[in-house]
Amino acid sequence: MNKKSTKSGLFSTLIGKKMLMGITGLFLITFLMVHCGINMLIFANDGGVLFNKGAEFMGTNPLIRIMEIVLFLGIIAHIVDALVLTLANKKSRSVKYAHEKPNANSKWYSRWMGLLGTLILMFLIMHLNHFWIVTRFTDHIAHSELDKLPGQETMFEEMKEIFENPLIVLLYVASMVSLAYHLLHGFQSAFQTMGWNHPKYTPAIKKTGFWFSVIISVLFAIMPIAMHLGIIK
Amino acid sequence: MKFNLKIWRQKNAQVAGKMVDYVIDNINADMSFLEMMDVLNEELIRKGDEPVAFDHDCREGICGMCSMHINGRPHGPLRGTTTCQLYMRNFTDGETIYIEPFRADAFPIIRDLAVDRSAFDRIMQVGGFISVNTGQVQDANNIPVNKADADLAMDAASCIGCGACVAACKNASASLFVSAKISQYALLPQGRIEAKERVLAMVNQMDDEGFGSCTNTGACEAECPKGISLTNIARMNREYYSASIS
Amino acid sequence: MTVLDSKIPEGPLETKWSNYKSHVKLVNPSNKRKLEIIVVGTGLAGASAAASLAELGYKVKAYCYQDSPRRAHSIAAQGGINAAKNYKNDGDSVYRLFYDTIKGGDFRAREANVYRLAEVSTSIIDQCVAQGVPFAREYGGLLDNRSFGGAQVSRTFYARGQTGQQLLLGAYSALSRQIGLGNVEMFSRHEMVELVNIDGKARGIIARDLKTGKLERHFGHAVVLATGGYGNVFFLSTNAMGCNVTAAWKAHKKGAFFANPCYTQIHPTCIPVSGDYQSKLTLMSESLRNDGRVWVPKKQGDKRKPQDIPEEERDYYLERKYPSFGNLAPRDISSRAAKEACDDGRGVGESGLAVYLDFADAVKRLGKSVVEARYGNLFDMYKHITNEDPYQTPMRIYPAVHYTMGGLWVDYNLMTTVQGLYATGESNFSDHGANRLGASALMQGLADGYFVLPYTIGDYLAGEIFTKAVPTDHPAFVEAEKAANERIQKLLSVKGNRTVDDFHKSLGKIIWEYCGMARSAEGLTKAKGLLKQLREDFWKDVRVTGGAEEMNVDLEKAGRVADFIELGELMVNDALQRNESCGGHFRVEYQDEGEAQRNDAEYAYVSAWEHKGVGQEAQLHKEDLVFENIKLATRSYK
Repeated sequence: MNKKSTKSGLFSTLIGKKMLMGITGLFLITFLMVHCGINMLIFANDGGVLFNKGAEFMGTNPLIRIMEIVLFLGIIAHIVDALVLTLANKKSRSVKYAHEKPNANSKWYSRWMGLLGTLILMFLIMHLNHFWIVTRFTDHIAHSELDKLPGQETMFEEMKEIFENPLIVLLYVASMVSLAYHLLHGFQSAFQTMGWNHPKYTPAIKKTGFWFSVIISVLFAIMPIAMHLGIIK
Repeated sequence: MKFNLKIWRQKNAQVAGKMVDYVIDNINADMSFLEMMDVLNEELIRKGDEPVAFDHDCREGICGMCSMHINGRPHGPLRGTTTCQLYMRNFTDGETIYIEPFRADAFPIIRDLAVDRSAFDRIMQVGGFISVNTGQVQDANNIPVNKADADLAMDAASCIGCGACVAACKNASASLFVSAKISQYALLPQGRIEAKERVLAMVNQMDDEGFGSCTNTGACEAECPKGISLTNIARMNREYYSASIS
Repeated sequence: MTVLDSKIPEGPLETKWSNYKSHVKLVNPSNKRKLEIIVVGTGLAGASAAASLAELGYKVKAYCYQDSPRRAHSIAAQGGINAAKNYKNDGDSVYRLFYDTIKGGDFRAREANVYRLAEVSTSIIDQCVAQGVPFAREYGGLLDNRSFGGAQVSRTFYARGQTGQQLLLGAYSALSRQIGLGNVEMFSRHEMVELVNIDGKARGIIARDLKTGKLERHFGHAVVLATGGYGNVFFLSTNAMGCNVTAAWKAHKKGAFFANPCYTQIHPTCIPVSGDYQSKLTLMSESLRNDGRVWVPKKQGDKRKPQDIPEEERDYYLERKYPSFGNLAPRDISSRAAKEACDDGRGVGESGLAVYLDFADAVKRLGKSVVEARYGNLFDMYKHITNEDPYQTPMRIYPAVHYTMGGLWVDYNLMTTVQGLYATGESNFSDHGANRLGASALMQGLADGYFVLPYTIGDYLAGEIFTKAVPTDHPAFVEAEKAANERIQKLLSVKGNRTVDDFHKSLGKIIWEYCGMARSAEGLTKAKGLLKQLREDFWKDVRVTGGAEEMNVDLEKAGRVADFIELGELMVNDALQRNESCGGHFRVEYQDEGEAQRNDAEYAYVSAWEHKGVGQEAQLHKEDLVFENIKLATRSYK
């Protein structure tokens, strides 16, 4: 070839950075599945017994604790990488078109991934504040009903308390809409970025991505609603 | 037919440009879009104004020189066509038509609607070829190629290098163009020999030219006059990853 | 009277080229580095030459007017490229390809050049496959072929309907590699506006940077013109809008003889002109004539819809006149027959300048799905352009200018009559005689660039190794730049009333009318007067807007049209002196029941014209064509 590569290393190019987006995205998708799975335990409708057990397991299992760190690193990498890419992309067209019809060639949510991601990040901060900080940095959360000290609550009770506020429920549901659209593009896009595009399998990946995005977001959204309405006791 | 035209006028790369309004009348529906531009230019010349500069050459959709962004889309409202294959019957009488150059910082404007796409050439120059000198080759049929692969290579090779993919992409990414060339060679046994060096060189050059990244919106594929597929981008990514880590 | 030495090597036809290669002078590698070659044009002939010469070690500078070398009009060729590979086991050979080409050219081409062309044709396919050109293949993985007009064997290699594109992109990739390696300096958006001769040898060019309008001086030990044909002299043609004769014409004015300018090819199946705003004509593949039937109404001025004209009132004139070839009669003959029908007042469509190409019978016989499979993409293209559905109503077609066989006169080495100035591809005259066969243009362009010029140019440059690069402040460069600049200033200063396109259209009308498909002494004489008048009017009344030192498309066009007008005068002269009909040149006085009447006794020569000044009669030189291996015969398709 005529030119030695000016950069070395997989992540030095935009394609490499996109790969990082894809990997972290897929990793976060697996986290969503685990998270949703544990939360689904509330639908046992046993006053949170099963759910609290799950929460305790997640809070104490060493592997999960390590994965929690990996998860945070993944989220940070996903966000930082997105910022780096977005800045590069913004620089590539400094004079904008006077007239554009982007909907003629692409879906709005594929173009607004950054905005959807930002909304999800804002939700995440609120969400961590609601549930994660209290478990990790305060003594407020008891592992179970049995070893509850005075003034402590179980995770399940904390949830019920927080979702009493209709505004918060509304914010949660709205955020799940953002998540749905983010995933609608992100799921299949991650596969494409990773180079996993094949005439035989890609239609199935796209279909899976669609249903995954819809189902997981609906499930997450149902939880605060059900709590708020007292369907889950 | 009568049209209100809003056309980007810019004397050269150094000065700022702006949209200028023109009214054009007595346009025949069977005229091609560029013939309508010819009529406008003839009128401008007769009035002593300078004609609108725009790139065009073969006027049959194969050279890739024409490059207008028409009514918000590269090559105008129809799919699978270049600007030169557009006809005025594709527009409605009295319509306002916005005509802009392909916009990307990697495609600086030369004048009016003409842009400099030599960034594409430079990407080709670092690796868009098979390193073989004239004469030093074997008989053509000594290299059998699976027909399906040959067909896919031909699909990718039909890229005309017009830059509509860049113009359509919200990130002004050149991924579709670059991946089409990488794919063509990656699919053929002749091209495999230096596939690794090729993809590394071309991807690096693509970044150096200031194109953005691919965010898989699919706008490029939708606007490509030759229907180049997104699968080429996936193939380029695969080739790039495996070349990078090996 | 001849001063032309074609330098054809001695010996039997079959060994001329190999003997030549064995004895041609060589330049050693360290000297090649010191030798600079200018290549103007980056189509098949130019890109392949620039790449191959750079690979050999020469310092190459390449120029094109487009924004990228990849866009040259070779890209638009659809059908394919001939090569005597005999992969089909159907009896093809180098000799057969040679013979078909000579016969197709109506016995007006040079035997030795054509034989060499057929000989190297096989290497072209090898080269292109190695470059990654995705030719059509069979399931076994080997290359596929199809048959094409004028041949009884399948020797045409193709890449869908985009063979020209793929071959050009192959040559462009080789060129790009050499640019990347620093062996070729590429000047895109540059137009050659003057040739620089020093002591009778071509030593450089003046080029105008089309982006800035600045004139630049470039030195070369040799100059290669690969600048294509001059079909745009007709205004409407299938050529690209920018195709022009300027580089070749400047060379002609500086001493290069122009050969056979009247040989132009008119392709029978183009989409007809729809209005006077039309800028360009589009070719429909000739393959349509395999199943379509050509007809016009029997009655003059019959304006009924084609469906309303009953069978017995239709004239399937090709089937009537040429029963054995029918709708598949060769290009020149079908084109002329269409013109005759229209001249007779039986043309169809609004303009009356079209004939029907009807697929109703084919649909009935084969079913719509078969027709769709064979021609679907062509039907779509037709519908897209004309807004008519060929499944419902017959196509309208009309002949259009497609290729020019004439060009700069070159010897066996492809050198013009100016020392060190070469012409390759369509810009020279050498291989197609008076008519070119389908799928042969691509072959010739690549043969010249990849396999002929790299050898023959060495023969000349071996004598130039002691020539130092001439600094561009040499008086010859200064003078040439001054001349170019004065011409530009002159164009800008006329400030007349008529636009450049207006003149171009007038020129096209004259040439098409009097020097098109049918020519006569009377018409040509009239055209001579009209063209002289047009040239004078042009310089008195043209309006060119803008300035010299900026991107100025109007000025670019003006310079080209000025040259086309002068070329038109030469074409007419050439057509006038050739008192015979052959190939693309049909003189109505010389026919036998409507068929072309060749005159081998008096006109078996190449006419090569020497420029004597604008407005002066050019001087005719003749290169006699000697046929040692082929017996001249009349072409008959009845």
